[in-house]
Amino acid sequence: MADLTAARPGIEDIRQHYTAHTQRKRLYGGILLAVFVALMVSGFRTADARNAGSFADGFTRIFDYPAEVLAEAAEKAAQLPGHVVHFFPALVETLNIAAASTLVGAVFGTLLSLLATRGMAPWPALIPLFRRISDVCRAIPEIVIALVLIFVLGGGPVPAMIAIAIHTAGALGKLFSEVNENASLKPVEGLTSVGATWAQRMTLGVIPQVGPNYVSYALLRFEINIRASAILGFVGAGGIGYELKNAMSWGQGRYDEAAAIFLLLFVTIVAVDQLSGLLRDRLTHGAKA
Amino acid sequence: MTTFDTTLTSADLKSDISRLFLKKRLMNFALPAAVLAYLAYVFVIFDMPGLWERASLDNATTLVSDSYSYKTHVTRDNRSGEVSVAIEGERKGAYPDGMSPDWVALGETTVIDLEAGHKVTFGPETIAYEIPGYGTVRATPSRSAGVQAELPAGDVPEWISVSKNRLAVTTEAGRLTVTRNRAEVFRYFAGWELFFFTLDSPYYGMGAGELVQRAATGEAGAIFQEFWTNKMWRHQDVAWAIAETLLMAFLGSIGAGIIALPLAFLATRNFMPLRSVRFAMRRVFDFVRGVDSLIWTVVLARAFGPGPLTGALAILVTDTGTFGKIFSEALENVDQKQIEGVASTGAKPVQRYRFGVIPQITPVLLSQLLYFLESNTRSATIIGAITGGGIGLLLTQAIITQKDWEEVAYYITLIILMVMLMDWFSGWLRRRLIKGEGGKAKRKPRKPEEGGAFLLP
Repeated sequence: MADLTAARPGIEDIRQHYTAHTQRKRLYGGILLAVFVALMVSGFRTADARNAGSFADGFTRIFDYPAEVLAEAAEKAAQLPGHVVHFFPALVETLNIAAASTLVGAVFGTLLSLLATRGMAPWPALIPLFRRISDVCRAIPEIVIALVLIFVLGGGPVPAMIAIAIHTAGALGKLFSEVNENASLKPVEGLTSVGATWAQRMTLGVIPQVGPNYVSYALLRFEINIRASAILGFVGAGGIGYELKNAMSWGQGRYDEAAAIFLLLFVTIVAVDQLSGLLRDRLTHGAKA
Repeated sequence: MTTFDTTLTSADLKSDISRLFLKKRLMNFALPAAVLAYLAYVFVIFDMPGLWERASLDNATTLVSDSYSYKTHVTRDNRSGEVSVAIEGERKGAYPDGMSPDWVALGETTVIDLEAGHKVTFGPETIAYEIPGYGTVRATPSRSAGVQAELPAGDVPEWISVSKNRLAVTTEAGRLTVTRNRAEVFRYFAGWELFFFTLDSPYYGMGAGELVQRAATGEAGAIFQEFWTNKMWRHQDVAWAIAETLLMAFLGSIGAGIIALPLAFLATRNFMPLRSVRFAMRRVFDFVRGVDSLIWTVVLARAFGPGPLTGALAILVTDTGTFGKIFSEALENVDQKQIEGVASTGAKPVQRYRFGVIPQITPVLLSQLLYFLESNTRSATIIGAITGGGIGLLLTQAIITQKDWEEVAYYITLIILMVMLMDWFSGWLRRRLIKGEGGKAKRKPRKPEEGGAFLLP
């Protein structure tokens, strides 16, 4: 600390202070960096040691499997369109799971967010409760609910749909309530003054304000959910992931089917990504004239 | 549409407005109708009505009751007459020879008290079950004649099933099964038994007070060792699994950030003058992002085998694409003035990037990294279930056995706690590191006349 009562510090003092300050800063930065690097290195070594195959071995073989698949697919290129047609219904199922769970999740997310936003909640005392509910819904990985539900309900798209919908409700509930906080409460007050019920106040006063943002977030979620539903298919919930698992377990000789599924999944994800990107851009920035 | 021309007659105006209203009204009904129609289509295509037939209520009951209760098996080998007591009927939960819970009195005639007047007696020859309000059920198993059951007079109630070789009685107090080879009694208790210590541990059954006392006198290490190596709940393995999952998320997210940052420079208009490189880099990011994490996981699992490294690499590869896109967008929005200022002091290119560019994008970088760290904890659980590593693997294994539902409940609780803790931690760090930024850009409130209403005009 510079002593203010003393005479004005000379230029040497200032220089000294400055060098000391930068040195200290550099030291702290250096220590932080060293700790970080140590964490990364030791983490990597632990992961490598606990892995079945080591990094050094596997690194050279990363492209073996893709190369095999591609080579076989190229060999049987003529059958590829047939496989694409054959697996198309599975793809539609995956998309349906994603779309239905996004819709259901968005409905529950909207409810959760309205119940958890100050000024809109019908029971203000219960706001923390609804926040925790959406936190817990968001924290549960889809696979946990899906696996348990597959045991009870049997395999198929419904367990996956419920699992993804629960997670979506939590995630969207949080995002929606952030949108709600920015919405103007004046329309709500106006509607209250003419005796509107809570449902009327929300549908007529809040939803029109937040609608575009809601849809934009829901679209983003739809993209994420397609990936999630493909993954859940892999653990037995139907759709393209299930077909992929089957095609892979056939092993060599059936890699052309795996290639067709990879292709379908890739094209779908890129297409939905682009489409929803365009739509979201229009929603948040307004239609370009 | 909403601007009015003063020269219009009122009739024109009215028809204009009516048309507008009709359109809006149609939209109001068409959108929800479309959503409902889609949901109805999904309802049919997913075969929801058939779901109830396929659903197994038995499974659901086992799952729920097993997740908060356990049963103790008392088994008599009818050939040798030996009686053994084991929790969940597992070898790991077996009582040592001669030891039994206080409701089982071992001896020539073993008496099992199921409380509320229910009492099962394993005699030398005959097995008897006294059921209050009904009477005594007797069964005599023999190798030649199967199981000879004697029931009180009257119709056989539906909770008793008798056949030539088997007798099964299910009451609220417990369950008795007698077959030719053995007789078995189940008694149900609430809670997770043996969570802290197994039966062979010297600390089994001790109260918390006594344990603290013993820990204070130098047995703390031994007590922890007994808990840590608990064979039933495998606390050590579970802790490792959680650590592996967190490790996957950490290595994957941070590694992706480190790789994506320099690559992101190559994909920006202001730092990469060569259009072809820029274009190629962006397509690389799009490709990596488009190849789903599922596909990366599958491909990498082939090369590296199951384990946390595979999961970390799968997360790393997928997120490199996402980070590359986000970072390059942030880099395109940096302020050139700051870079020029640094350059005017004679800074070399590296210094220009370090002091002119990096400080500007640090908030975006950090908040995205921390956000992904949190969401990747969840992904790591899922990827672990596919590749075989971390808590995801333990969870799938426990579910596949279809009987360790208390372990499943335990793992689910741990996973939820882990993700919520990471969520809280990354939020806390984000607020600490990015003061005032809050990590999220606040949107301005939409003015009604500005954007126009969307869903309900």
